[in-house]
Amino acid sequence: MTTTNEGQGPLLEVRDLHVEFHTRDGIARVLNGVSFSVDVGETLAVLGESGSGKSVTAQTIMGILDMPPGKITKGEIFFRGKDMLKMSEEERRGIRASGIAMIFQDALSALNPVFTVGFQIAEQLRLRRGMNKKDALKRAVELLDLVKIPNAAGRVKQYPHEFSGGMRQRAMIAMSLALDPEVLIADEPTTALDVTVQAQIMDLLAELRRERNMGMILITHDLGVVADVADRIAVMYAGRIVEHADVFSLYRQPCHPYTAALLESMPRLDLKGQELATIKGLPPNLLRPPSGCPFHPRCRMAVDQCVAEVPQLITLGMDRLSRCFRAEEMITNG
Amino acid sequence: MSEPTIASQVEVRHVEAIVGESPSAEAPQQKPDKADKPRSLWSDAWYDLRRRPLFIVASALIALVLLMVLVPQLFTSADPYYADLARSKQLPSANAWFGYDVQGHDMFSRTIYASRASVIVGLLATLFTVLVGGAAGMISGFYGGLLDAVMSRIADVFFGLPFILGGIIILTTFRSDSPTLAEAMLVLVGTIAMLSWPVAMRITRSAAITVKQQDYVKAARALGASDGRIIVRHMLPNCLAPMMVYATIALGAFIGAEATLSYLGIGLPPGTISWGVMINDAKDYIRVAPHMLIFPAAFLTTTVLAFVMLGDVVRQALDPKLR
Repeated sequence: MTTTNEGQGPLLEVRDLHVEFHTRDGIARVLNGVSFSVDVGETLAVLGESGSGKSVTAQTIMGILDMPPGKITKGEIFFRGKDMLKMSEEERRGIRASGIAMIFQDALSALNPVFTVGFQIAEQLRLRRGMNKKDALKRAVELLDLVKIPNAAGRVKQYPHEFSGGMRQRAMIAMSLALDPEVLIADEPTTALDVTVQAQIMDLLAELRRERNMGMILITHDLGVVADVADRIAVMYAGRIVEHADVFSLYRQPCHPYTAALLESMPRLDLKGQELATIKGLPPNLLRPPSGCPFHPRCRMAVDQCVAEVPQLITLGMDRLSRCFRAEEMITNG
Repeated sequence: MSEPTIASQVEVRHVEAIVGESPSAEAPQQKPDKADKPRSLWSDAWYDLRRRPLFIVASALIALVLLMVLVPQLFTSADPYYADLARSKQLPSANAWFGYDVQGHDMFSRTIYASRASVIVGLLATLFTVLVGGAAGMISGFYGGLLDAVMSRIADVFFGLPFILGGIIILTTFRSDSPTLAEAMLVLVGTIAMLSWPVAMRITRSAAITVKQQDYVKAARALGASDGRIIVRHMLPNCLAPMMVYATIALGAFIGAEATLSYLGIGLPPGTISWGVMINDAKDYIRVAPHMLIFPAAFLTTTVLAFVMLGDVVRQALDPKLR
C-alpha cells in the first residue's frame, strides 16, 4: 500500500489552509492556517465545537466545498506528495473514493432515497472499476457483509429508508469503502446515532482501519468517542488548530486552556451530584473575530498579551503543539 | 494481543457465511421478495393511490377518454364527417343521442372523435412544456449563479405575458391563413409550450435547489461522480415528483387552452373536429340548439376535471406530509 508514495512525505498532508466565506455581512475567515497530516494506518481525530471549521476542512480536502460562497485563499493539500488544489477537476475526481473517501454525519440524507442501497454501491464499481452488473452487485453484498450488516444478500435490494440508523451508517461506510480508499474521512459519523450504536460504529471503523491499513481522519465534537480510536488529536477553535498531541498526553495533560476546559466539561461518573462544568460564553463570531487569541474572551487564564497578540503554534516536545502563550506554564504547573 | 483473536473470529464468521450462503441463502432470499417487497417512494405512492376513491374515479374517466382517442369506433358507428343539412340542429333523439349540429353532423360521433385532437394537443403541449421548462429549471437550479440569474429573468419575461393575450398575439403572428391540421397543431402546441414553460421551470428549479443541497448529492460528488451523472442519477429522480404533479394538472389545463384558442378561431382550423372548434361552431346557436354547446363543453370540462383531480391525488400521495 505504501509502495508508490511519490513525495516520501505523509499520505495526506494539509499545509496552512485558509478558507473564507463571502457572505452578505462580510467575509468570514473560517479556516486560518490549518496544517496536519495523516499517514498510512493512522487515525487523526479533529476535535472542536460547532463552527470551529472541522467540517469545512473535510469538505475542502474532498473538494466538495460550495464555492461560492467558500473560497480557498491559501494553502496546499498533498495527497501522495501531489498538491490536489493544483489538479484539474478530472484528476481530483479520480482520487475521490479510490484515494480519499468520506462518510457523512447523517447517513439517511447521504444516501439517495430513490435507489436501493445495493444499486448505489454497485454503481460506483460499475463505473470506476468497469465491473458488470452481476459482479458489482455481488461485491456490494460482500461489502455490506464486511460492515456486518446481517442478511446482506437480502438487504442490498432494500431502500435506505428501510434501514435503521445504525445500519444506514454501516451501509454508508460500505459505500465509501467500495473503491478501497487509502484515506477515510469520517465527518461526525456517530453524531446522529444513539450511544450503543455509536460504540459499535466506532469499533467497526477502528477494525476496518486496522484491517485495511487506511489513514483515517475522524471529525467529532465528542471527546468520549475519540479516546479509544484515535492515535493523535488536533483540537480546533475558530478555524485554527490550537492544540495537537497524541491521545495519551492530551488526556493526561492538556496544553491549551480550551482543551482543558473541554475535558472538564465532560460528564464524569465519579463526580455525582455536582454541577457540570461548562465553557462560558459562545464561540467567536467569525465575521468579527476578537483581537489576539480568539479564545481569550472565554479563557480563564487570559493575560494582557492574549488580547494584543495572536499566539503562534509552539512546539512542546514530541509531536506536541499548542497555540497558547501559557502552554509551558500549564505543563510545569501540572 | 487482541488482534489475532478478532481477526480469527471474523474469519470464522466469514467462513460460516460463505458455507451457509450457497444452498440456503438463495431460497429465503427469493421468498420474502414476494411478500415483503422493498418499498420505494413510487411503490408507496401507488399503494396509497389504489385505495383513494378520487384516484379511481379520475383514472377511470381518463381511461375512458384515452379509449375514445385510440378507438372511437368502439363508441359510435356514425361517420363524424357525414353531413346532411336536412337534419340540421335537430335535438337529441334515440337515433342521435346528442342531436345534430348546423351542418347536420352527428353530434355524438363528433364529440367522441373530437377527443383525439384535444388530447393530442394537450399531451404534446405538456411534453414540450415539461421538457423545455424541466431542462431549463434543472440546469439553472443545479449550476446557480449567473446562469441561473439570466435564465430566470428570461423565464420571467415569458411568465409576465398573460396567457390569452400572449396566445392571441403569437398565433395571429405565426399562424398562416389556411394552415393544414399538422401545421396548426404544431403552432398551437408551440404557443402553449412557449407561454407555459416558465411555470415548469420554476417548479423544477426550486425542486433542484432543494435536492442539490441534500447530502447525497455531496456524497455522490465526494465519491467522484461527474456533473452529468449527478443530474441524471440524483437530481432528476428526486425532482420527478413535483414535475409529475404539474404535468398532470397542466395536461388538463392545456386541453382547456386548446378549446379556448380554438373557440377564438386561432387554434385548430375550422374543418377539424375538436371540442374547442365544436364550441366555436355552437356559439351562434346557443339559444336555438343548446345541445350543440352542452355536449362538447361537458366532455371538455369532465376531461379537464379528471386530469386536475388526478394531479391533486398524485400530489397528495407523493407528499408524505399530507398523508
